[in-house]
Amino acid sequence: MNWSRKHLLDVQSLTAEEILTVLDTARAFKAVGERAIKKVPALRGKTVINLFIEPSTRTRISFELSEQRLSADIINFTAEASSLKKGETLKDTARNLEALNADFIVIRHRASGAPHFLSRVLNASVINAGDGAHEHPTQALLDMFTIRERKGNFQGLKVTILGDILYSRVARSDIWALSKLGAQVTLCGPATLVPRVFEKMGCRVTYDVEEAIRDADIINLLRIQHERQRQTMFPSLSEYTGLFGLNKTRLAGTKPDALIMHPGPVNRGVEIDSEIADCPRSLILEQVTNGLAVRMAVLFLVNGGKGPQEVAAS
Amino acid sequence: MKSLLLTGGRVIDPANGVDALANVFIENGKIAGVGPVAGVGAEGVEQLDVSGLVVCPGLIDIHVHLREPGQTAKETVATGTAAAARGGFTSVVCMPNTSPAIDNPGTVALLHELATTQGVVNLWVAGAITKNIAGEELAPIGSLKKAGVVAITDDGHCVQNNELMRRALEYARMVDLPVMDHCQDYSLVTDGVMHEGYWSTVLGLRGWPAAGEEMMVARNILLAETTGARVHCQHLSTARSVQLLREARRRGVPISSEACPHHFTLTDAAVAGSERFWEADGKGVAGFDGGSERPIWPPYDTNFKMNPPLRSAADRDAILEGLADGTIEILASDHAPHCDYEKEVEFDYAPFGITGLETELGLALSQLCHSGRLDLAGVIRKYTAAPAHLLGLAKGTLSLGADGDLTVLAPDLEWTVDNRAGASKCLNSPFHGWHLKGKAVVTIVGGKLAWMDHAKFAGSFLPAESRRDKTL
Repeated sequence: MNWSRKHLLDVQSLTAEEILTVLDTARAFKAVGERAIKKVPALRGKTVINLFIEPSTRTRISFELSEQRLSADIINFTAEASSLKKGETLKDTARNLEALNADFIVIRHRASGAPHFLSRVLNASVINAGDGAHEHPTQALLDMFTIRERKGNFQGLKVTILGDILYSRVARSDIWALSKLGAQVTLCGPATLVPRVFEKMGCRVTYDVEEAIRDADIINLLRIQHERQRQTMFPSLSEYTGLFGLNKTRLAGTKPDALIMHPGPVNRGVEIDSEIADCPRSLILEQVTNGLAVRMAVLFLVNGGKGPQEVAAS
Repeated sequence: MKSLLLTGGRVIDPANGVDALANVFIENGKIAGVGPVAGVGAEGVEQLDVSGLVVCPGLIDIHVHLREPGQTAKETVATGTAAAARGGFTSVVCMPNTSPAIDNPGTVALLHELATTQGVVNLWVAGAITKNIAGEELAPIGSLKKAGVVAITDDGHCVQNNELMRRALEYARMVDLPVMDHCQDYSLVTDGVMHEGYWSTVLGLRGWPAAGEEMMVARNILLAETTGARVHCQHLSTARSVQLLREARRRGVPISSEACPHHFTLTDAAVAGSERFWEADGKGVAGFDGGSERPIWPPYDTNFKMNPPLRSAADRDAILEGLADGTIEILASDHAPHCDYEKEVEFDYAPFGITGLETELGLALSQLCHSGRLDLAGVIRKYTAAPAHLLGLAKGTLSLGADGDLTVLAPDLEWTVDNRAGASKCLNSPFHGWHLKGKAVVTIVGGKLAWMDHAKFAGSFLPAESRRDKTL
């Protein structure tokens, strides 16, 4: 057991032991999710505020259900309905929410570093549910959980992340987690979206998609985030699909046991052919299921939970 | 007006090549003598013993934002010039990106009036290049000159249209005004909030590439060469900007530049928090290599957000080198106060800028002088003779008859920056808690005491009747 953090702000500052503690705890919670009664009292009497300043569906729903299964009281707060539109600062909004005696704030924000900022101005625990292009730690943790379930361990594992890396918070969190756990990370995509500077984070960068996926054990596809991009980044989605999209032909050139991941939402026919998204090698829906267990584990640990043994006992 | 005699100090006056123990005598607000026996025997003289300290011409900061008119929640002429006095500055040049902009003679006159009624130190005004700093039409540059501006600039913005900039230079040359430019190519910089590089990648913040500055430095060199106008590049931040300037000056192009302490002390790693900064780039900070107590700050601290942004360690080193070899002639702060509630927001949404008037001298002395890159006279020149020369001010010298503006420095005095103790209205300095070596302890403007650091300087003025003559 190795967890003493009050907040989960990023993966970069976690140790490999801390990551494995989350994964072990999540495994116990996954077992809870398979029981007839899926609810545990770990967060009974605690209040969680889901502060979603940027639209989100799957992450928000996953957090909400995780919190409910831990018996927490929940307030959902979205930017559309908030005072932020009336000019209130994030600090004031958050302090007002904290004045309701919130214990946890789960924040999704389009500005990188917003969770770090909140953690400095609040007493509540802050959990980063995705900040700008910075990090999405619970996504990386659920990715690690899924990879470990299928592949056993990370040492020497070859993981290729394909797509829009520059604007991807998932890519950054995955890169840190995989590197800390001993995997080798290759990045591939258009040069404008996969600048060489990522090599300094310990990754290999290549622009040849066939070469990038040839020896991969895991191919993690990322969505092209039109909403974060300017027109100047690449010519068209169809050119992207032609140069980098994962299709049957390309998949034939990979190892037979290579598995496909995607954090969603999937743009069928853009980064991945529709039939591949649904093929047996695709882990996309498993990732969603595992996300619930991982988020329960994170909430449990930042609440001072003592690891998997305590979960199993509950 | 009373007379004033500073005795026993080491007088450094780069404009006159003086570096010697001497008295400085001020009579009727003007320098009346510098030398071992200056002022001796004069009647009715107040005396200050500055033995062990350095006396130099009053320091000049040609790049400050005083926020008047229109942004007085951030700063006023009164508070900004008080901060200047505390930093050792006797003259400041205020930037025109106010609300409304200083793009017309009436607003210049308002500033001059505020300077007279509220100013603690001398205030000079920079006018706008374009109307409302919008980069579309020329401001009435000739009328601004008549109203008394000492330069024109769209600082905070940059004229993007090259033809408009060319005409501004031709026009400014006609009325003999230098043009100061904030070098930033918008199409390259887009919505960047920090230097583009490893740290922007890790932090997921949008990058502002070095070429976004260098493109405009190159443009300005070419247009200065084409028009013969004097162009001054503000707050240089990148290695290639320094290289471009060095080559241009060697060719004789009428171009100059300034650098700010944050750009030659900090790097982009600072945006990732103190731990990462000290680990990655801390070696380049004078005085901290020995592992003495290091200031701490969190990641995404908006007091490390300014424009131009903190650059790489190689850029920081190049700025230091450019200052040492004379390529960069002038030191300035880009003092840019912002309120707490403006800065205490997400990094993306915070305004660019930090305060600087009260820390810049200590940082410059630490990074340039105590590191051995420049001697004390070299640093003082960049704050006195060099800026006075650029703007044609009768300042920055202790020549007989010059204005009695003096700064008394304790170059080896160690002190700790405390944002809350400053005179500026705002606290947005990244250097809170830093231990610096060297500071101003007395600031004299026109023969009158503007500020004295009573905590750090035990001296006091002896009234005329109790003085004893002292010769050296």
